[in-house]
Amino acid sequence: MNEFLQFLGEPIAQRSLWACAVIGFANGFVSALVVLKRSSLQIGTISCALLPGIALAILLFGLMQMSILIGAVIAGLMVGLGSLFVSRTSKVDHDTALSIIHTTGFAIGYIILVRLGLQQKVDDWLFGSIMSMGNSDLWIAYGISAMAVLGITALHRPLLIYLFDAKAAAAMGIPTRAFSYGIFALIILVLVSSLQAVGAFLTLGLLVAPAATMYLLTNRASLMFWGGGLIGGVGSVLAFFLSYPLGWHLGATIIVVLGCIFLSAYIFSPKYGLLRKKR
Amino acid sequence: MVSEHEHICWGNDHSHHHHGGHELAVQHVSAHYGEVTALEDICFSLHCGHTLALIGPNGAGKSTLINLLAGLQKPTQGQILWNGKPLHDTRHEIAYMPQRSEVDWKFPITVRELVEMGRYPALGLWRTPNKHDREIVDKALEALQLTDLQKRQIGELSGGQQQRAFLARALAQEAHILLLDEPFTGLDVPGMEALGALLQSLANEGRLIIASHHDLNSAPHIFSHSLLLKRHGIAFGTTKEVLTPQNLLTAFGKQQITTTK
Repeated sequence: MNEFLQFLGEPIAQRSLWACAVIGFANGFVSALVVLKRSSLQIGTISCALLPGIALAILLFGLMQMSILIGAVIAGLMVGLGSLFVSRTSKVDHDTALSIIHTTGFAIGYIILVRLGLQQKVDDWLFGSIMSMGNSDLWIAYGISAMAVLGITALHRPLLIYLFDAKAAAAMGIPTRAFSYGIFALIILVLVSSLQAVGAFLTLGLLVAPAATMYLLTNRASLMFWGGGLIGGVGSVLAFFLSYPLGWHLGATIIVVLGCIFLSAYIFSPKYGLLRKKR
Repeated sequence: MVSEHEHICWGNDHSHHHHGGHELAVQHVSAHYGEVTALEDICFSLHCGHTLALIGPNGAGKSTLINLLAGLQKPTQGQILWNGKPLHDTRHEIAYMPQRSEVDWKFPITVRELVEMGRYPALGLWRTPNKHDREIVDKALEALQLTDLQKRQIGELSGGQQQRAFLARALAQEAHILLLDEPFTGLDVPGMEALGALLQSLANEGRLIIASHHDLNSAPHIFSHSLLLKRHGIAFGTTKEVLTPQNLLTAFGKQQITTTK
């Protein structure tokens, strides 16, 4: 225990703690978009698809923060739009196209990264490593988080109408096409910010579980954003305190904690839980 | 021909002090999807206070016309005017009601929040709702007998109540034109009669109700006017004038035209 307290005094521990809180909050906040838009699986495929983009960017421009960011965004767009294109120009449906493109892309990215001798980096990106996030990584993650929370809060009113009823939103003059691209872009950015924290495989959990928990607790969509943020932030911090003494991997612990929080809401939610009083 | 209608003025929109009723005019409107023509040269005009059914076989362009009126897509030719000005310069005048099957009934939103969405065109991004806005929402809920249900999640309502909740949103929007996409689909006879009477009363208050409709038997009981479509307009007028055997034969061909779907 003493050893843990000593560790908490280290700058790297404090930095990681902050990163957990901020990234957890921002992801939880944005997770409301993913849950309300019912696009979890798509986001899951895109998060894995970021890998080849990053690999290509490193191959072309070297290992830099900027190239990683740009590569990830381009990969996300390629997979998202490419699968749409394939499904429209052939017999296969969108899900099938998405599955093939994202796994192929992921495999290519893995080969490139291993060939480049970046095995360690690959592990970080697949499973996350908050401790190894550098200053610039952190600032980019904080910037994206702030932008996501502020942007969603500012556009909250038309956004909810769009999420609930896109046609009525368009009839009211809300620019629905801009919204759908904007949401896609925002989610890719948030994925990039959490990629180094929890990794490509696990980031989906951070981008779904918090709002999914709120979904079982509330009837008010607006609460899903702030409640999701709170669950994401608190859950991640809790995971930080659990992971060190237990010797568990931090990124994985975050997802386990969020999964447990979801499970308790699933069982105990007064309104929608398994154990609710039958009317 | 046009009778004077009582206008219910919700809110303080000065356009309400208009003599002779508001007029919707659809002039030579066409719509294309690539090479395919969905609608060709549609013309009609109608004053508020009426209910209009869009009737025609599948693929006749009913949904396309609803979309055009709602501003969801632009006509490739022609124009749609409201009191002589382009309809879509006055977005708040149009309220769109989706088909039941298109609504996510599990969405975490209460009846009141749904109705409050109608205030968006007036509120914009950031203005907080004031007393006037709250009163309009209260009034809309009351008019559709939803006051006691306002805290329920929308999925907890019955089918009829759900439809009334969407109508209440249109009232809160203070829209003059209500566009409904197949509102009678899946309703039983009492449900149909109730909704029909409700739409009629909303029209009597000075609104223009436009709905796509596929049931030829019930149309004369529900809608004062009809537009019979098959890509181009076949007939427009009072429902009785429009739904003649000759016109129906033109629209539907030799298939049985008297059966309900």
